[in-house]
Amino acid sequence: MVTLKINDHQVKVAEGTTVLDAARSLGFNIPTLCNHQDLCVAGNCRVCVVEMKGARTLIASCAMPASEGMEIYTNSLKVRNARKHIVELLLSEHRADCTKCYKNQNCELQTLANEFSFGEHIFLDLVAGRPYEIDRSSPSFVKDDSKCIRCQRCVRTCAELQHVSAIAVANKGSHQKISSFHDRPMSHVVCTNCGQCVNRCPTGALVEKTYIDQVWDAIYDPDKHVVVQTAPAVRVALGEDLGFDPGERVTGKMVTALRQLGFDSVLDTDFTADLTIVEEGTELLTRLKRVLVEGDKSVALPMFTSCSPGWIKFIEHKFPHMLSNLSTCKSPQQMFGALAKTFYAEKRGLDPSKVVSVSIMPCTAKKFEADRPEMRSSGFKDIDYVLTTRELAVMIKQAGIDFLSLEDEKYDSIMGASTGAAVIFGATGGVMEAALRTAYEIITGRSVPFSNLDVVPVRGMEGVKEATIKIEGTKEDWKFLEGAELKVAIAHGLVNANKLVKAVSTGKASYHFIEIMACPGGCLGGGGQPIPTNMEIRKKRMEAIYAEDTHMAIRKSHENPEIVAIYKEFLEEPNGHKSHKLLHTRYVKRESY
Amino acid sequence: MENKGLNKVDLIFEKIDAKSTLEKAFAMTSEQIIEQVLESGLKGRGGAGFPTGLKWKYTAAEKEPEKYIVCNADEGEPGTFKDREILDKAAYKVYGGMAIAGKAMGARKGYIYLRGEYSYLLPQLYIELYKFHKLIVEIGYDFNIEYRMGSGAYICGEESALFESIEGFRGEPRNKPPYPTTSGLFAKPTSINNVETLVTAMMIIEKGADMYVKLGTKDSRGSKVFSISGDTPIPGIFELELGMTVQEFVNAFGDGDTKAVQVGGASGFCVPRKKFAETIIGFEGVPTGGSMKLFNSSRSMYNVLHNYLEFFTEESCGQCTPCRVGCQQLLKGVEMVKKGDSKSAYLNELVKLADTMKIASKCGLGQSVGNAFKSIVENFREEVIY
Repeated sequence: MVTLKINDHQVKVAEGTTVLDAARSLGFNIPTLCNHQDLCVAGNCRVCVVEMKGARTLIASCAMPASEGMEIYTNSLKVRNARKHIVELLLSEHRADCTKCYKNQNCELQTLANEFSFGEHIFLDLVAGRPYEIDRSSPSFVKDDSKCIRCQRCVRTCAELQHVSAIAVANKGSHQKISSFHDRPMSHVVCTNCGQCVNRCPTGALVEKTYIDQVWDAIYDPDKHVVVQTAPAVRVALGEDLGFDPGERVTGKMVTALRQLGFDSVLDTDFTADLTIVEEGTELLTRLKRVLVEGDKSVALPMFTSCSPGWIKFIEHKFPHMLSNLSTCKSPQQMFGALAKTFYAEKRGLDPSKVVSVSIMPCTAKKFEADRPEMRSSGFKDIDYVLTTRELAVMIKQAGIDFLSLEDEKYDSIMGASTGAAVIFGATGGVMEAALRTAYEIITGRSVPFSNLDVVPVRGMEGVKEATIKIEGTKEDWKFLEGAELKVAIAHGLVNANKLVKAVSTGKASYHFIEIMACPGGCLGGGGQPIPTNMEIRKKRMEAIYAEDTHMAIRKSHENPEIVAIYKEFLEEPNGHKSHKLLHTRYVKRESY
Repeated sequence: MENKGLNKVDLIFEKIDAKSTLEKAFAMTSEQIIEQVLESGLKGRGGAGFPTGLKWKYTAAEKEPEKYIVCNADEGEPGTFKDREILDKAAYKVYGGMAIAGKAMGARKGYIYLRGEYSYLLPQLYIELYKFHKLIVEIGYDFNIEYRMGSGAYICGEESALFESIEGFRGEPRNKPPYPTTSGLFAKPTSINNVETLVTAMMIIEKGADMYVKLGTKDSRGSKVFSISGDTPIPGIFELELGMTVQEFVNAFGDGDTKAVQVGGASGFCVPRKKFAETIIGFEGVPTGGSMKLFNSSRSMYNVLHNYLEFFTEESCGQCTPCRVGCQQLLKGVEMVKKGDSKSAYLNELVKLADTMKIASKCGLGQSVGNAFKSIVENFREEVIY
């Protein structure tokens, strides 16, 4: 422990605590910009400078460890003047078209400007006359360098959390910028569209590409039947953008709001999450059978999950030799899309060309996924528009809906029924847990051997998780698995995915089944979720996800009555002919720069 | 004011028997070497002037078994070219100084980070290095040196940016603490010293600290190699005792019409004629890494300032706000004032900005932009405006 004085108040903090955190523990707020709890310290925006007695210069409080006897002043005249200068300097380099900016009122620079920079600007405008290009090449996000303040949060996110480094710092001095390999457009580099950078950008330099207006147009088009699906992780985060604290479950209110927005049918991605479990579980068991019983060497194990489009693009770029390990199952979003314009249209007697399929996702990569050429198996673009959690919040605000006081309503049918197994798709380890609940039961006829169906070893925030499930008492068809140990692993955040896949690829580790989610914490920490997202908030969303699971009447995917029905009426059997046409996909090798 | 006058010295380029000096050093204990260097009062010759003995002492005190001695040969300060001459004429003493530093702090490995533009020196430097390694083996000691090349970025002369560059990353300064003596190159305790510092340290071991303290003043011990350029009939490299006034310097090197001397390069200070007599060249007055640029009355100090600001706008790494944007604002600001698009009073705002850059920038680059800016604007305000 070290004792120091901040603004003449004594405080004792653990060794290694930064001056910033020490000050905050006393209730002295120091503004920051480049600092983010998920990322390493950069100390480059200098907004958090404070005065330290005896020091020649001011110090960056985010980068300075507290030490014994320090005397710190967080708000002296010297500090305020410097901070005002720094904010003014950032503004002079920032194209401040706030009223037209998507991040208006959710911009950290704007917040600082309100505090430090009212009245006349001190400095000259450096943006005017400087050429800038807006990169709109990605279907997921827009990169606008003229709004970039070079805090490098995005660069650190891409490198530290995702091990992708699609963006990096280029050039020096006044020419310094955040750029891609050889300045290629973002659509032509290793970018996975995960949107973690978008989630961390303090300004409007990186924002999701919005399709709000297109969705409004569809809703108001009398010719169109607009269906909307909501991903599992949206319901535990949407509230944050609409006045609730993190961790609030707003499923029922969200359904009501979507109905009030004018969607013709409010359905649930959870339905196809359940369907994914049946399809993917069957695929896994088939692979195991072919390897273990038939000795088929052409079958790749371990099998990787394929729900996360950021992860899919990552493996396509970085481990193209392992594409056969990916489950061929489409993600729940895309399964939903393919069924919406076939099964759903048929059942509801609709012309599929008139069905507009919208999905609400915690994700920006889903926008890319929906645009993939493989995703047109209904004969149309299976998913027309993908909106992030944030975009839905914007629509709700635009419609003037008082979200806080909405009554709870239930999803429509068909394709609205779901189980607890589906909702946990939103948390890292959730797909694995859901798969185990179903696969174990298929093999043994009994529930997975964990109290209350909670497969605890696959839960939690650890970057890479492992579990081994011993299979005993198998049914006749699955005798070859008697006594076998099913080895599974889970990774979330691509930096962890990279470690795990590398270990598998070099033979250092061996598993049967691996779940990978591109974003830290899984979808609940997705790039399309409310800003800010950090460890504390991810944990709260995770608690909410598991609470949602516990509160569901049915908690195993294969017991979802609509799933049972769709196989009876339409798909016939898991991994059958129709499934392969509509619910499975293929992957492509991509360049590695 | 202690004033030693202008005296030529010959230490840096003096031929010595490297073998006997090294044998003498290797026979000493680490503490004895550090003691000698501390006693000599030697301060870093790169410009910042940190006491060399202290740097070695801190590095020696670290428990980590792996440590490095790094020679900063990324001589990039405008108007400085003395390290090039030292490497050209006395590389064996640079290597020797590194070995002695290594012995003092317990480092077996040295790196020389050489300015990219000096790569033409490499063939000769490698021949010298080969001889040095042979000599080390002959003495029966264990120490070796490797070269790493810069690529033309001024910022890579900043010690932590230099480490980043050697490690293969973008040359950007790190946050301090930790300081290099605890966590430097490859996160190991590292002493990083300028070319001239290392040679001087070797000469201190050769001749003893007693000899060295006789040179210079209380705050600026010893002698220093100066790179003299600008409006002078005798540009070049001169080793001079520290403690002379700018006036004495100008009397010897000026062309009779000197109106200002830029001491310490772009990041140094501009001394106007009226202050020549009262200003000592050294840490008590104007410190310098060696760059001395003389300007006569034919020069526009606005142009001089503009040139420096263009340099910094280009050479800032761009990482921190005060430096990246501040440099651009200073440059654009003086242009606007010159053109009459901004009122001359705007210079006062710019001076305040320079003060902020001095205290809020992340590294020495941004912190020293204000030196040249303020000393030129304050002393030659009329020239900047009209």
